[in-house]
Amino acid sequence: MTAPFDCAVIGAGVMGCSTALFLARGGMRVVLIDRGDICREASGVNAGTLTMQMTRAALIPYALRAHEMWLTMPEWCAGGSVLATACPGLSVAFTDGEVAMLEERARIRRAAGAPIELIDGRAAQAIEPGLADGVKLAGHCPIDGFASAYLTGRAFRQGLLDAGVTLMERTPVRGVDGRFKLDTEAGPVEARRIVLAGGVWLEDMAAWLGVTLPIKVLINQLVVTERLKPLMRTVLGVASGLLSLKQYANGTVLIGGGWQGIGDRARGGVAVRPENFLGNVRLAAHTVPALREARLVRSWLGLEAETADALPAIGPIPGIEDAWIIGSVHSGYTSGPFMGRILAQAVLGQAPDLPLFHIDRLLHERSNAA
Amino acid sequence: MMFDLAVLGGGPAGMAAATEAASRGARTVLLEESPLPGGQVYCAPPQGFVAKPDRDRRDGDALRAALAASGAELRTGCRVWGLGGGPLVPAGADALPFTLSALGADGVPFEVSARALILCCGTHERIIPFPGWTLPGVIGLAAATILLKAQGMLPGRRVVVAGAGPLLYAVAAKVLAGGAAVAAVADVATRGEWLRALPALAARPDLLAQGAAWRARLLAAGVPVLSGARVVAAEGDDVLSRVRILARGVERVVEADALCVGHGLVPATEATRLFRARHLHRPEDGGWVPMLDEGQRTSVRFLYAAGDGAGVRGAAAAPASGRIAALAALADLGIGEGHEARRAEQAAALARATRAGAAMARMMALRPEMVAAVPREAIVCRCEGVTRAAIEQAAADGAATLNQLKHHTRCGMGPCQGRMCGEAAAALLADARGVPVAEVGFATGRMPLRPVPMDAILGRFDYADIPVPAPAPI
Repeated sequence: MTAPFDCAVIGAGVMGCSTALFLARGGMRVVLIDRGDICREASGVNAGTLTMQMTRAALIPYALRAHEMWLTMPEWCAGGSVLATACPGLSVAFTDGEVAMLEERARIRRAAGAPIELIDGRAAQAIEPGLADGVKLAGHCPIDGFASAYLTGRAFRQGLLDAGVTLMERTPVRGVDGRFKLDTEAGPVEARRIVLAGGVWLEDMAAWLGVTLPIKVLINQLVVTERLKPLMRTVLGVASGLLSLKQYANGTVLIGGGWQGIGDRARGGVAVRPENFLGNVRLAAHTVPALREARLVRSWLGLEAETADALPAIGPIPGIEDAWIIGSVHSGYTSGPFMGRILAQAVLGQAPDLPLFHIDRLLHERSNAA
Repeated sequence: MMFDLAVLGGGPAGMAAATEAASRGARTVLLEESPLPGGQVYCAPPQGFVAKPDRDRRDGDALRAALAASGAELRTGCRVWGLGGGPLVPAGADALPFTLSALGADGVPFEVSARALILCCGTHERIIPFPGWTLPGVIGLAAATILLKAQGMLPGRRVVVAGAGPLLYAVAAKVLAGGAAVAAVADVATRGEWLRALPALAARPDLLAQGAAWRARLLAAGVPVLSGARVVAAEGDDVLSRVRILARGVERVVEADALCVGHGLVPATEATRLFRARHLHRPEDGGWVPMLDEGQRTSVRFLYAAGDGAGVRGAAAAPASGRIAALAALADLGIGEGHEARRAEQAAALARATRAGAAMARMMALRPEMVAAVPREAIVCRCEGVTRAAIEQAAADGAATLNQLKHHTRCGMGPCQGRMCGEAAAALLADARGVPVAEVGFATGRMPLRPVPMDAILGRFDYADIPVPAPAPI
């Protein structure tokens, strides 16, 4: 067997890919391992929303930096592209309750650095002619956009290979012994450091190291239309965050918002709930009436990880030297490449551009990680 | 409304399944997309059409009459777009009744629930791509059958009929009978293949006689019938004007305004994939098929599959497989008793019909040499304009499975959701990777089963009544 890698990153989603890429760029010999194919779980099937208006306030400084990274991805990732597109974002309120929610959330997000201004319905329609009448208030953020998330694996692959990352797809890791011998289906892999980047499977991965880190699993539903004539030109949501709408250059409109389907860690995304499918598309049709003319062609599911406080788990694993974790970032796709970069900075012994999200706060006292 | 049994698809398998179940006491509903049950082989003419009855029509009428008398509830002209329940529940929860969300013939959405579900969803047509297959004027063989049989419509005035299987001769004979010219018949099968199929076809002298009659009519009309022949290109400026056919090393150009082409039938597995039933790759059955036991049970409890959708065996075999599925469902649901004698009788009938059906299915199976011959610039996925070259590039870029190929190329992500191209794309991806086609898998099954107009399913609603979940924390 070969000499140990400087670092093994387990989980080849956007967090793992960007961490591995920047570690390799920092001079480390890196192996990136996934039980499946690169970016084929949440990173490849999410709504690709690069918005500030659904991002948790604490993450906005990170999301703003990541937004820039997505738009310039071809420059830092060997030409890889997710067709990131910048456009204005609108978060609209149809009811008094939503107005109150929007005012509060826009204020908090603005304080966190998102340049959100509140405008009336008429002004919102000037920005987004596809928007329905009846909007009482809208949050307008000029920094918004979207990507084609399904391109993420293809976009990262060449950059990773060019940087010298050893990519091991379809190679399930069964466990980790000592520091650090990975028991994989392709044989043992040794590394001086490990980064756990397993999305909703972080709970299982942490358990390899004897760490108890509860991770909640969200089963987000998405729906897409057939190609349509241009109907809208913004990323559009409602104040509750339970709708996200955007039209891609190919004419398809993606309808999301985190409506929940059926699934779990063990089985993946099992099924779309028809009643939530209906609720989600009703919200969409209410917001952009021209969508009523569309045919829906596909729905699918993506699994999103959430910690107990819904804030990220990014940093060293307490009590285990040279073991790191990254994941559970709310709207994680939006912030993903920047999160990978700052973790790589920390692993490389540099000061991260922005603070990490240490997981000490999330570990049970009973944890045997000491 | 809750039924004991729902049957999805009203072809010969579905009609027989619903008839059997309802006449044995199960509260049964049959959902069918067409205005009348019958399926493709036994389809009924539209209301107001008068058509000369033939053997298929008589067989279909008999099945329709039995269905009408059985007491099964019929929902025709409806589009089932959503499926749920059954095993699709949160971890640890008990299985639920199956639910089918549909748009009625009147455009009104409705839902039915049933303790058991028999899928009789038939097949999609296989067309192995060649340059020009997307030109106006080129249609599927099965599509031509529907035009000719159901509507009495000719696909063109001068027609090339090409592809594999018995449909080839049926379509050519019907085109002739309808008064159009058949410019050529191009059969990918060789004479030797047909000769080798003869012993199995001897079990169905009626089919043999019919096939011989079709062929005689073609020869009498002076139609060139080419064996071991395939279409290498369909050409024309905006519409089809000529077809290039390669037969035993010789290429010929045939003027035509229509090309009816089909290379076999692929079982429609959207529903069994959606329910996450286990599937097997069986080229001789048409490709991916749900794994079934002798009672047509899938790996999912109370979910059954019958007819060509469970493996291509032809219309003659379909009713028996539908009845066997119904009897298994009745036994599993504890409805009625004494089904065993009937089951044995139907199993024997199925075995008889399967002999000829399987020989035809083998004739229509995917031909690897045709896949290998697809030119690099040929469009494979017509919805998204994906060529063979793009599929090969994706393979070189690391796409290992059909699901990954979608992400690389959008192949199969358009309105047809891979129904048209999925199999050819899988074969080409496997070819590029040098692995067996089963290894690249199939696309995950998700609703809607068919593209569904948003306006139609939205119904009337008030914004305030949309059950919006609690928002995420700020």
